[in-house]
Amino acid sequence: MTALTLAKSLNAGLRRAMEDDPKVIIMGEDIGRLGGVFRVTDGLQKDFGEDRVIDTPLAESGIVGTAIGLALRGYRPICEIQFDGFVYPAYDQIVSQVAKMRARSQGRLPMPIVIRIPFGGGIGAVEHHSESPEAYFAHTAGLKVVACSNPGDAYWMIQQSVASDDPVIFLEPKRRYYERAEVETEAGEAPYPLFASRVVRDGTDAVLLAYGPMVKTCLEAAQAATEEGRNLAVVDLRTLSPLDLDPVYELVRRTGRVVTVHEAPITGGLGAELATRITEECFYSLQAPVRRVGGFDTPYPPARAEEDFLPDLDRILDAVDRVLAY
Amino acid sequence: MTEGTFGAPAGEPDLVQLLTPEGERCEHPDYAFDLDDEAVRGFYRDMVLTRRIDAEAIALQRQGELGIWASLLGQEAAQIGSGRAVRQQDFIFPTYREHGVAWCRGIDPLALISLFRGVDNGGWDPAEVNFHLYTIVIGAQTLHATGYAMGMQRDGCVGTGDPERDAAVLAYFGDGASAQGDVNESFIWSAVFNTPTVYFLQNNQWAISAPQEKQSRIPLYRRAAGFGFPGVRVDGNDVLACYAVTKAALQQARDGGGPTLIEAFTYRMGAHTTTDDPTRYRLQDELEHWKLKDPLARVKAYLTRNALIDDAFLADLDTEADDLAAHVRAGTLSMPEPDLAATFDRVYAEMTPELRAQQEWFREYHASFHPSGGAADGGAPHAEVTR
Ligand SMILES: Cc1ncc(C[n+]2csc(CCOP(=O)(O)OP(=O)(O)O)c2C)c(N)n1
Repeated sequence: MTALTLAKSLNAGLRRAMEDDPKVIIMGEDIGRLGGVFRVTDGLQKDFGEDRVIDTPLAESGIVGTAIGLALRGYRPICEIQFDGFVYPAYDQIVSQVAKMRARSQGRLPMPIVIRIPFGGGIGAVEHHSESPEAYFAHTAGLKVVACSNPGDAYWMIQQSVASDDPVIFLEPKRRYYERAEVETEAGEAPYPLFASRVVRDGTDAVLLAYGPMVKTCLEAAQAATEEGRNLAVVDLRTLSPLDLDPVYELVRRTGRVVTVHEAPITGGLGAELATRITEECFYSLQAPVRRVGGFDTPYPPARAEEDFLPDLDRILDAVDRVLAY
Repeated sequence: MTEGTFGAPAGEPDLVQLLTPEGERCEHPDYAFDLDDEAVRGFYRDMVLTRRIDAEAIALQRQGELGIWASLLGQEAAQIGSGRAVRQQDFIFPTYREHGVAWCRGIDPLALISLFRGVDNGGWDPAEVNFHLYTIVIGAQTLHATGYAMGMQRDGCVGTGDPERDAAVLAYFGDGASAQGDVNESFIWSAVFNTPTVYFLQNNQWAISAPQEKQSRIPLYRRAAGFGFPGVRVDGNDVLACYAVTKAALQQARDGGGPTLIEAFTYRMGAHTTTDDPTRYRLQDELEHWKLKDPLARVKAYLTRNALIDDAFLADLDTEADDLAAHVRAGTLSMPEPDLAATFDRVYAEMTPELRAQQEWFREYHASFHPSGGAADGGAPHAEVTR
């Protein structure tokens, strides 16, 4: 066990993935000498060389597009997108090429590519640095989408993503990069499968569903709710595509009440998908409509307004009040 | 019609030509055709046969058997010349029009046609023939080409001096594609990493209805200079010149000399695809002008003038083309319908529970309409195109 920040856990996980498989390469902007703008790749170029930790030209479509060619040649590229808002220039390569290559080739061409994206707000950044683009990718057949929320998962999930023969969009909650926890770096294998949700807090009154940066916020909300005598469960979804909802259905059947929480705008967001599935699966167990907490349907606001934009304890607990009022 | 699309470079010093439209061999200071006349006969055969595949596919589309077809009519020399310059270990990234290049790779035309019929997305195995799937999104494949070339470098397949080992990538795209960001990013990437990437730009003068002038204010081969690698313009209707120039560029790439942009100056004699109507955007004069430069006619003139072919050769070739057309027609008509249920299995290496549930649902639902089961009934094996 070692106490590591989430960023350092990712670094350790990447290091181990590179040691395990010489075909693993990392490519992105400023990831070499600088170690990435969040220092997630710190020291990797020094140890693995410029051929395996590749400082690329400033061209996102190029990063993903050339990763495709490398994957066709038998490599396992990990692409770093510097910030969420800059993944859009690569969107075509991700959605039309990476995602579809296996299907287009009758299953012949695997795309073992990981696309790492620091996502979400809460760090006081300028525009285009605080986006939550997950729904675009979760909507795309052929991609798998995961989000880590804590250092332990960061360490293991990045390795599992690299080992996956499917392309993985790997979302990193940038406002949690510097949060620390004990991580089992010595263990031989991951404690949880990559595509599995986890009940991180059991409860009897209602369920909070979250992923990435909102998991911690939900845990804090659940803690605060105990003061009012409310016992809330919290699920860390971890995987957004495919969704793993059996543990969620189980909790819904017990509590009858659900609140989904994400930073992304509400319309067409993951919360809408979750609410629909829960309704289809657990209709007779529901005591109240599923309630969604999320960002507003506005572009991400200037930083000094982001506190009002982002779901916080009060917004979450307000939604809990509403589902409990039925 | 816009000015400048026809006639512009003929006789220009920057156009590499080794065989004139009249079928006379000519010299170029930097490039020579180094194969014998037997090879020229072979090129002629390739061009006749690919033109025939094209004609048959257009006919099939007109008869409602193909959804669409992108004709290569007029671009045979560019494709056969470049395609024959490739070695087995080289890798090709085509657009959707490279039927002649596919022919050089030994791909059954039916494997191409299955895409346009809507049976699959291309019925060949790219890894087996070193020819990637057709890419429909304009320009996207040029980045794949650069990445693949980076892989070759990493694998120690560049600049070793071993002709069996050294390899390069040949990436095709059009004049319209030259305006795409991806193509320009690919140029930057290939230059920065000095990858063994040869770009083969078929400038057929039109991107659907948009003339070349809408894509670039300078001759396209000159773009390369701005990215830091050589660009060369070749007479795209001259199969000997296309061969010689591509061969030289590929060799330079294999030797570690980095990328080259080849602009094959040619002309699309048909419609962009069977769905468009060129009479809306271009005049008959232009077509007539280019017909005089027909890529097949000049090789035939050369071969005839030098008594390298005779009536028997041409009659045999005719028969061969007829047989090929019959193969294309019969093969197209007998392609099994695709099985939607099977497509679920090819989305991921590791199936998702949701997808499995959807697949099962579809199978049951489908079976409820076809209780006896049958060729098109969900459980059928996937339609493999014969190679
Ligand atoms: C990104 C993208 N935009 C638009 C299209 C629609 N489209 C298909 S072919 C074409 C013209 C391509 O012209 P060019 O690159 O010159 O190639 P050509 O077909 O003439 O060989 C267009 C606009 C497309 N396939 N991809």
